[in-house]
Amino acid sequence: MRVFAALLFRNRLAAFGAVVLGLILILVLLTPLLPLPDPDQTSTGDRFLRPLSPGHLLGTDHLGRDLLARLLHGTRLSLAVGAAAALIAATIGSSIGIVAGYFGGRIDNVIMRFVDMLMAFPYILLALAIVAALGPGLMNALIAVAAVNVPFFARNIRGIAVGLAGREFIDAARLSGMGHGRIILTELLPNVLPVIVIAMSTTVGWMILETAGLSFLGLGSQPPQADLGSMLGEGRSALISHPHTSVVPGVMIFLIVMSVNLLGDGVRDALDPRLRSGALSRPQAMTRVARTGAVPAATEDLLAIQELET
Amino acid sequence: MGGYIAKRLISAIPVLLGITIIVFLIMSLIPGDPATAILGSYATPENVEKLNRDLGLDKPMVQRYFIWLGNMLTGDFGRSFSLNRPVLDEIVERFGATLVLAGTSFVLCSLLGILAGVVSAARQYGAADKLITLVVLIGISVPSFFLGMMMILLFAVELRWLPVSGMYAIYGGGDLPDLLRHLIMPALALAAVATGVIARLSRAAMLEVLRQDYIRTARAKGVRESRVIWGHALRAAMVSIIPVLGIQAGFVLSGAVYIEIVFQWPGVGRMLVDAILKRDLLLVQGGVVFVAACYVFFNIAVDVAQAMLDPRIKT
Repeated sequence: MRVFAALLFRNRLAAFGAVVLGLILILVLLTPLLPLPDPDQTSTGDRFLRPLSPGHLLGTDHLGRDLLARLLHGTRLSLAVGAAAALIAATIGSSIGIVAGYFGGRIDNVIMRFVDMLMAFPYILLALAIVAALGPGLMNALIAVAAVNVPFFARNIRGIAVGLAGREFIDAARLSGMGHGRIILTELLPNVLPVIVIAMSTTVGWMILETAGLSFLGLGSQPPQADLGSMLGEGRSALISHPHTSVVPGVMIFLIVMSVNLLGDGVRDALDPRLRSGALSRPQAMTRVARTGAVPAATEDLLAIQELET
Repeated sequence: MGGYIAKRLISAIPVLLGITIIVFLIMSLIPGDPATAILGSYATPENVEKLNRDLGLDKPMVQRYFIWLGNMLTGDFGRSFSLNRPVLDEIVERFGATLVLAGTSFVLCSLLGILAGVVSAARQYGAADKLITLVVLIGISVPSFFLGMMMILLFAVELRWLPVSGMYAIYGGGDLPDLLRHLIMPALALAAVATGVIARLSRAAMLEVLRQDYIRTARAKGVRESRVIWGHALRAAMVSIIPVLGIQAGFVLSGAVYIEIVFQWPGVGRMLVDAILKRDLLLVQGGVVFVAACYVFFNIAVDVAQAMLDPRIKT
C-alpha cells in the first residue's frame, strides 16, 4: 500500500489530480455546514445577478437561486451518482466476468455472447433505451449508466479470471475440498481485485460525465433538484444573454472529470504489472498452509508422501 | 478477401438478432399497461381488454417479439404518434443529417488525432510533445456539450464568424457552402474527445514501432527521417490504430446526441431525446434498432480494413 502511494504521487499529474479532486471533495463534504442560501430558494427579483454580486459569490440563475449553493449541492449529487453507478457497474460486471472466466465452457460462451451483443450498441443508445423504458429521472439515469458499463467490466475481468482459473493455486484449493463459491471468494477475488480497481478508476470519470450528460438532455435529475448536468442544461437557454449560468457548472464538470482522469491514469500506471512499475504482486494463493513442524527434508524419490493426514 | 467479408456478414446475423432481443426486453420493462394509459383511468375493463387484443398485447411475449421482428424486416417500424408519420421515414431522414455530422467529425478526429500522435511520438518529450499532451488532456476532459456551448459564445456571438445553430440558413441557404458553415462548430466540438483519445493511442503505438530494429536499419541506410516516420513507422502503427478508430466511431456517434441538442442539428439523436420526452416509444425503439444495426455494419467495415492492412489476420 505504501509502495502504491509512493508510486502514485511520484507521478506529478496524478498528484495534481488528487489535489484538485481532494479540494472538491472537501468542499462538497463541508457543503451542509457552510453558511449558504437554500439551493432551491427562488427569488425572481434577483434573477441573473452577475458573479461577485453582494451575497451571491457566483451570481444567481434564471429563477434567482444562488449559483454557488446550487453548484456545491449539484457537485455533491453528481459525484455521488457517478460513484454509485461505478460501484454498481463494477460489482455486477465483475461478478459476471468472474463467473464466466472461472467456470469456462458453455457458461462462459453463453454469458460472453450476451455481453458482446450489449457491446454492439453505441453506448448512448442503450442508455437512451433504458431511460425511455423506465422514464426520465436521476435514479433511472444512474441505472442506465451503470447498465451500459457492465459489459465493459465483465469483458475485462473475465479475461483475467480465465487466466487465473487454470493456475495451480486454484487447483490446490479445489483439491483441498473447497466449494466453487469459496474458491471464487477467497482465492480468485483477491487476485482480480486490483484489476477491478484499475478498471473503476479509469471509468468513473466517464460515468460522472455520462450521468451529467443524461441530465443535460433533461433525462436525468428533474427540477428543482440540481445536478451539474441539469444546471448546464438550464443555463443553455440563457447562454447568449447570461453565459455565467452555463460556465459555472461546465467548468466544474471539466475540473472533476480532468482530476478523476489524471488520478485514474495514475492509479493504473502504479498498479498495472504490465507497465513494470510493479506495485501489483503476482497472483498467489490466498489460503496459507498451517504447518506444524519444519518442512521435511527432500528425498531422492520423484514423489514422496510422508504421514498423510487431513 | 471476398470470403472473409461474407463470413463477417454472416456472423453479424446473430448480433443483429441479439440487438432486437435486447431492445425488445428493455421495452417490455415499461411499467403499467399501455391500454389503460391510452384509454385513461375511467376505461371499462371490457374496453381495455378489447384494445389489448387489437394491439396484440394479449399474445405471449415470444410471439409478440416475432411479429415485431417480422414487421421490421418488411420495413414496417410502426407509426409515430407524436409526428403522425411512419417511424422508418423519419429515422432515415434524420439519420442522414447525423451521418453528415458524425462522418465529418470522424474524419476530422482520425486525421487530427493521428497527426498529433505521430508528431508527439516523433519528438518524444520535446516541446511539441508536451504541448500536444496538455491539449489532449484538456480535450479528453471537457464535456463535448460544454465545449459546444463555449464555441457558440466565442465564434457565433462574440466574433460572429459562424451561425449559432441549425443545419441550413432559413433564408437563402441550402447549398454546400451554407452547410459547411453550419457544420464547422458542431463537427469540431464532437471530434474533440475522440481526437484526444486517438492522439494518445497513436502516440503510444508509434513509440512502440519506433523502437523496432527495422526503423534503426532504415535510418542507418540513410532514409530521410520524414519517410521513416510517415512511411515506415506509421504504416506499421496503423495496425494498432485502426481498431481504436473503430471504437471511437461508436463514441462519436454517441456524442452526436449531445451535439445535436446543443447546435439544434436535425439528427437522429435529437429525435430520440424528443421522442423519449414525449414518450413516443415506437420512435425510440425503431431509432435505437436502426442506428445500432448501422453501427454493426460499420464495425464489419473496420474489421475488413484491418484485415487488408494486417497480413497476420487470417482472412
